[in-house]
Amino acid sequence: MLVESLALSAVLFTIGVIGVLTRRNAIIIFMCVELMLNAVNLSFVALSKLHGAAGQVFVVFTMTVAAAEAAVGLAIIIAIFRHTQTVNLQNINILKG
Amino acid sequence: MMHANEFHSLVYSFTFYFFGLVAIASALAFVTRKSPVAAAIWLVNVMFSLAALYVMLDAQFIGAMQVLVYTGAIMVLFLFVIMLLNLGHPSELADARGKWGYVLALFVGLVMLAEVMALTRDNTVDRMIPPGLAATAAAPTTGGIIGPIAAPLFTEYLFAFELTSVLLLAAIVGAVVLGKRRTDAR
Repeated sequence: MLVESLALSAVLFTIGVIGVLTRRNAIIIFMCVELMLNAVNLSFVALSKLHGAAGQVFVVFTMTVAAAEAAVGLAIIIAIFRHTQTVNLQNINILKG
Repeated sequence: MMHANEFHSLVYSFTFYFFGLVAIASALAFVTRKSPVAAAIWLVNVMFSLAALYVMLDAQFIGAMQVLVYTGAIMVLFLFVIMLLNLGHPSELADARGKWGYVLALFVGLVMLAEVMALTRDNTVDRMIPPGLAATAAAPTTGGIIGPIAAPLFTEYLFAFELTSVLLLAAIVGAVVLGKRRTDAR
């Protein structure tokens, strides 16, 4: 099941990348990033069956980082929403030169 | 009459492919939904399927963590923020990018699909496995399910584990500072 897991992981990662590239809602883009993190976690777990439990340890770390990232990122989105009243990235371009 | 072992492996493959296809279908539904709430619910579905796959790949603890942390905590946080922002009706949220976004996404999708094809052809993955590794990993481990994860976490990766606590503290402080409403009128 290793090859199937890695293929599924790659497909899910690709769907996440496509979501980031085609959507403009900041929250949905953020959820796409979470999907990519999940896809990588699946690779870790699948390979940990061969390479020992270190892969699962890394999944624990990834989940922690994802939780911290979600908390900070959503706080940033709320702060942006307070300023601009939108989460559409088309309207959030103050850093554009 | 089918052998019991053979039947077991057939059921295993069927369940594995079932959850894998559910994950892919839910992920596709997730990126195509206009409403952020619907997208979040589909993403929860993807994460549940992945939790089932983790359990099938002998990572029961990670599967439980997936349900508790991802679907339980992170997605609830997302839904809470979506509810807090009150973005309006999905019909007003036509948020897809223009033509070039789709062209770029199609290109990236095709390249990554080609990589998957290359990965699954000619047993590339099987040839990458160092010889003798499969035998050691397949050996029965002591300490139940959590022991093999906990032992390296608190010995070999102890420094990284402690750094994670610093990261979480920074994230807590950062989230509070960013989410705080400015009361001082300047």
